[in-house]
Parts: sequence; C-alpha cells; structure tokens
Amino acid sequence: MRKFRNGKRALASVVSAVTALSMAAWGAGSANAAPHSSPNLRHGNAVQLTWWNNATSGVLLNVWNNAAKAFDKSHPGVTIQNVPIQNEVLQNTKIPLALQSGNPPDIFQQWGGGREATEITSGKLMNMTQATKGWIKTIGKVAGGWAVDGQQYGIPYDLHVVGFWYRKDLFAKAGIKGTPATLAQLEADVTKLKAAHIAPIAVGSKDKWPDAFWWEYFALRECSTNTLQHAMKAINLSANCFVKAGNDLAAFMKTQPFQPGFLATPAQTGAGSSAGMVANGQAAMELQGDWDPGTMDPLTTDKNINNQLGWFPFPTVPGGQGDPTTVLGGGDGFSCSTKATKACVQFLEYLDSTPVQKQVAKAAVGLPVNTAASSALTVPGLRDVLSYYKHIHYLQTYFDVAFPVNVGTALDAAIANYFAGQGTPQSIISAVAAAAKAK
Amino acid sequence: MKSDVVALPEVRQGHSLPPTRTSPGPVPPSGLGRRPRHLRKYVELTLLLGPALVLFVGFVLVPILVAGRYSLYNWNGMGPLTGFVGLHNYRVALDDPVFRGAIVHNLIIAGLSLLVQLPLSLALAFLLNRRLRGQSFLRLVTFAPYVLSEATTAVVWLLMLQPGGFVDQVLKFLGLGGLVQLWLANTSIVLYTMFAVITWKYIGFGIILFLAGLQGIPAELREAAALDGATGRQSLRHVTLPLLGPTVRIWVFLSVIGSFQLFDLVWIMTEGGPANASDTMVTYLIYNGPTSSELGYGSAVAVLLFIICFVFALVYQRFALRRDTAGAVTRMVGT
Repeated sequence: MRKFRNGKRALASVVSAVTALSMAAWGAGSANAAPHSSPNLRHGNAVQLTWWNNATSGVLLNVWNNAAKAFDKSHPGVTIQNVPIQNEVLQNTKIPLALQSGNPPDIFQQWGGGREATEITSGKLMNMTQATKGWIKTIGKVAGGWAVDGQQYGIPYDLHVVGFWYRKDLFAKAGIKGTPATLAQLEADVTKLKAAHIAPIAVGSKDKWPDAFWWEYFALRECSTNTLQHAMKAINLSANCFVKAGNDLAAFMKTQPFQPGFLATPAQTGAGSSAGMVANGQAAMELQGDWDPGTMDPLTTDKNINNQLGWFPFPTVPGGQGDPTTVLGGGDGFSCSTKATKACVQFLEYLDSTPVQKQVAKAAVGLPVNTAASSALTVPGLRDVLSYYKHIHYLQTYFDVAFPVNVGTALDAAIANYFAGQGTPQSIISAVAAAAKAK
Repeated sequence: MKSDVVALPEVRQGHSLPPTRTSPGPVPPSGLGRRPRHLRKYVELTLLLGPALVLFVGFVLVPILVAGRYSLYNWNGMGPLTGFVGLHNYRVALDDPVFRGAIVHNLIIAGLSLLVQLPLSLALAFLLNRRLRGQSFLRLVTFAPYVLSEATTAVVWLLMLQPGGFVDQVLKFLGLGGLVQLWLANTSIVLYTMFAVITWKYIGFGIILFLAGLQGIPAELREAAALDGATGRQSLRHVTLPLLGPTVRIWVFLSVIGSFQLFDLVWIMTEGGPANASDTMVTYLIYNGPTSSELGYGSAVAVLLFIICFVFALVYQRFALRRDTAGAVTRMVGT
C-alpha cells in the first residue's frame, strides 16, 4: 500500500515535472537551440563559403545573388553560398548562436560598433587588418565603425544617415515653405500641420529604437563631439548635456507632435507602421534612416512616392554645444569567421568595388561606401542625403550599436519608457550606467 | 484517503490477472518460465521508454541543468564561461521592478482567465450541448480561433486594434464611439486588451474540452435527478457540475500554466510595451536575455520561470488533480 502511494506520488511528480519543465525549458531551450550552418567545405582545392545576410527579398537579394555568381566565376574553385535570413532573426538569434557553436558561417552580417566588440569575445571573428590594408582607405572613415581597437573585424558595404523624411505635398498643404533648420522652426511646422489636420510626425515607438533616434539626436545637438566620443568610449553618459537632451525631448513632446497611439505603432511593418503612414500620406514626416524610401515603397500603391519625399537634417537646438553637422548613422557590413579562407576577404573587397557598389546604390537600401558609385543613386532624397553627408564633420554611430549589446538594449528600453511618460532624463543615464556595470 | 480506498481494489484486481501481465503476480511453478518473462519485461521497457527517455533527458533535463549553470555566470553568450557571479543574476531579477511587474501581469492574466474565461466557456459549452439549429456550425465558429496560430492571431488583431482600425470602426458603427480607446498604446488598458485577444483565441479550447466532458456524463443521471424532482438548476448544480469537475480542474491547470507562459501574442502585438505595461515573464526573459546578449541573466530568469511553473504544477497536482488522476495512476502502477 505504502509502496503504491509512493510510486503514485513519484509518477505524479514526474508528470508535473515533465509538464512544467517542458513549459519553462523552451525559454532557455530556444536560446540554446543549435543553428544549422554549412561548414566551409573543401573538396580538393574547391572552397565553399557560406554567406549569411539580411537581404531576404527585393532588389538587394538580386544584387547579392549576382555578386556571388560573378565572384564564383572570377575565382575558380570558390563558391559563395548565399543564405538570406530575416534581419531580426539573423541579428538576435542566428549569429549569436552560431558564434556560440563551433560552426559559424564563413561570412555573416555585421553592424559594427559595440555589437561587433561583443561578438569578438567569441574568438571566432577573423582579424582582417593586414588583409585589407591595401584598399580599406578607399572607403574612407566609415570603415572605422567596423574596427575595434584599430583592428578591422568587419567591412561595411553601405552607410546610413538618420534625418527627417517628409512629404512635400503635405508640407505645401499646411503652408510650410522650406524645411526647418532650428528646433523652433520645426515646432512651428508641427503647429501648422496640426492646424491643417495632418499628423505632423510619425514615430514607430513599439520598436523602441526609433524613439532612441530622437533622444540621441538631441544629445548630438547638446553635446560637443569630444564629449560624445568620450561617452561612447567610457560607456558613460554622466555629462550634463545628456540630461539636457532628455529635457529637450520632453519639451518637444509637450507639443504633441506624434500620431495618436504612437506608443503601439511599429516602425516598418505594414501600412499602419510609421513608414507606412508617411508613405500613404497619413503623417507628414518621420525621423528615420536613409533606408526609409526603400521601406515605404512596398507599403504604398503610390508609384510617385520617391519624388514626393524630401529630406532635411535634424535641426539645431538653442544653446547646444553640438556641432550642427554631426549626424547619427551607421551602416551594414560583413565579418569573416576565423575558419574562412582568404577568399572571404577578397569577396568583401569585391562587394565594395565600384560595379557592385553601383548596384547597392540602385537598390536604395543605403548609401554606397564607395563614393565612386554615388552617381547610381536613383531616389532624389538620397542624393540630398549623400551631398549633406559629404560635408559632415562627425558621424556618430547609433548609441545602441556603438555600445555593447546589453547597454544598447537598456538604453533603448529606458528611452522607450521615457516616451511613454515614465522616468526622468536621469533615469535614461542611470539605465546605461547600470547596464555598463553589469557588462 | 478517498483515493486510497478507490485505488486498492484495482491494485488487488491486478494480482488476479493472468501471469502474462507484468504485474507482480503469483510466481510460476517453474523457474525457467520466469527468466524470459523478465527479459521480455526489460525489452518492452527499454523499447517503450527508451526513446522517450532519451528525448526527455536530452531536450528537457539537460537544457534545464545547463540553464541552471549559465544562470550563475555573467555571460554574453559568446566566449568562455568565466564570470562566475553566484546568485547575483537571481538577486538582480527579483529586485527589478520590471520583472516583478511582469510576474504580476502573468498573475492578472491567470486570475482573469479563471474569473472570465471559465464561466464564459462553461456557459457556452452548456449552450452548445443543447439541441440547437446550426449546432455544428456554432461549434465550428467558436473553435475556429483556436486553430489559428498565435502569430496569425497577433498580426490580425494588431491591425484591427490600430487607432481608427476595424475595432474602432465597428464600435462607432454601433454607436459606441465613446468606448474607443488607444487599445495597445494606453499603458492602463493594454494588458486587458491582450486578455481580450487571449480570450478570443482560447475560449474555443475550453468549450471543446467542456463539451467533451458534458458528453461523457450519462444522460440517465440527469433523468434520474429529474425523476426525483430536481429542477434544471439543481440538476446542474448537483449532478452535471460535480461530474464535470475533473475536466474543469484540468482546464484550470492548462489555463494557469498557459498564462504563465504567455509570449507569442504579446511579443508580436506590443513587445511587452508600452513602458513594460504588457510585459510577461517570457517577454522580459527574451528582451533581457538573448536580445540583450545577457544569456547568463536570461537563464536565471528562465530558471525562476521554471520554478514558478514547477511549484504551481506540484501544488496543483497535490491538492486539486490528485483525486482525478489517482485511479488512472494506480491503474498504471498496477499494470
């Protein structure tokens, strides 16, 4: 009798354990699932390089397919296997897991900055400093965003600049002439647009990072370049100008410039996203990266959208110590894993060559890093961005990319909370300090 | 004690079964017959339990143990596991008001499920158990949302709940424009919006479960009660509901565990926002673990989530499900 009771209890416990374990385990299990990646196959002298990138559709997918084929042809014995993977899955799951496993892909998407520094700790990123010494200067300063402590662990293929994309027709409808150069002018334009019953600015707060663009740009306008560079290096935002950035943002938000329900709006997914709202004329402008026209294109039936869009940089802030020609931005690139052959570096050099860069420019996914290809930009607004970029003094990488990953996500979360009316300018700074300490 | 009384005769029945059963029966007269029977028993056990055991150990126990180990380190998921921090990650998680808030959100969803979904699905099950015109169609309609994947449900509702979207338009059409809210953007409302979507999605499961339970109750019992003069309400209260008890208790178990696990719908619709107002334990885990490249910390949160689910499962098993499973378990042990 006793035996059976115990047996029953044990069995019941096992049943409970199985249920609860299975339910809780997936949280850890999903993070521990082994990714599939093809090894760097060698058959005799033949080498196959697996290439993970985020061009799952659209023009860039064709550009990459063609680039891989052309490279295969000009490099007998080398085969590039193009493996497109959805961006967030690639960034947050596939690459980190692949680097934890013993079998990362040969070539993979690289966003540079603190994320790259985090990935380097895996010991699986190839140091390409020597291999790229001969040509890396041709793409200019932008390559520095993919170097950690002076060592080149990644190579960019495009660069990004964040600024305002606006609809010329809606500005005209609201009686706005020209584009705002100061914060006061931007606020005046917001008032005019509201008077014309147009949502002035769309923001995709659900995704958090678009909120961060706002706070970071106020920081860029309030802080001197030296302060910014020091803050990035030390992962320390204790300078007073960062508190001012929070105050500026709060004051600007009091003008209620954003669309109703902006806290739940996604940035880029669907016609109801902030990009979709501008694309469909439901909002007049958006603070976004240069990829925005490419994002808007499939979200609207308006074939004239590219001509309807204009671009202007973030306005100056009264009393700010920041250089008004400092821009917020970043870019996309690739890293090679340590197991890859030198053909990997050759392939990345090929991607930065003028013919491929012209294709990248035409795809309107970003600005080409090789300026010789800039003539191929077809979207009028992008030409404005590039001509502005040529005269900037400093490109500040998005803070969440420049910082180590955990600090970047803590910053984005704190700014998103601030957008929702929670926290203070100081709480954003404290969140970064706490995450940096945990690092 | 009741379970023991029920269990005993069944176990004893097992002793009287033919010797081919694996139950401890009378020893056969010849020692030769015993060896093949034992051999067969071990082969059967190995064949039947082996694959499941391998999978269970490999994909459940080992990951749990590994997560437990990771949780003691400050580890970004890359590089060697060197930064041993002891229970620091657990202290940080339990001190974090966002994590505590996420636990409260899970408890609110679990509580609302019991208070709202249970009576609602019971009532609908009773309704659909009657002979109705279009009964099959109505059953299909109520069950249809359950068949949809969580991702599809989330995307559809995300679109419908946009400001000026389908839900707002319907309310305005019905003259209820005053009820229109920023369903997903208002931090005071978003959790309840999520609960409404969860209810829409899972109510069909409860109904089907209860319908199956109702079908299992012999009509004779209700007829006998009616003959004894019981009113419809008395028959429901004293005959139907008690006999539906095991089904209700299983539903409560699945519902509460499901509430603790809530992730897909919330992640797609709000990512736990705005300002963590719809965060659940798992959305918190994902954002602060893998997304933040804090796998040590994420593992600590996963272990806490596991402990919460495990303790609930054990307690519920001990106090609520025991009498339902007692017979079944005893039978399993007996055979």
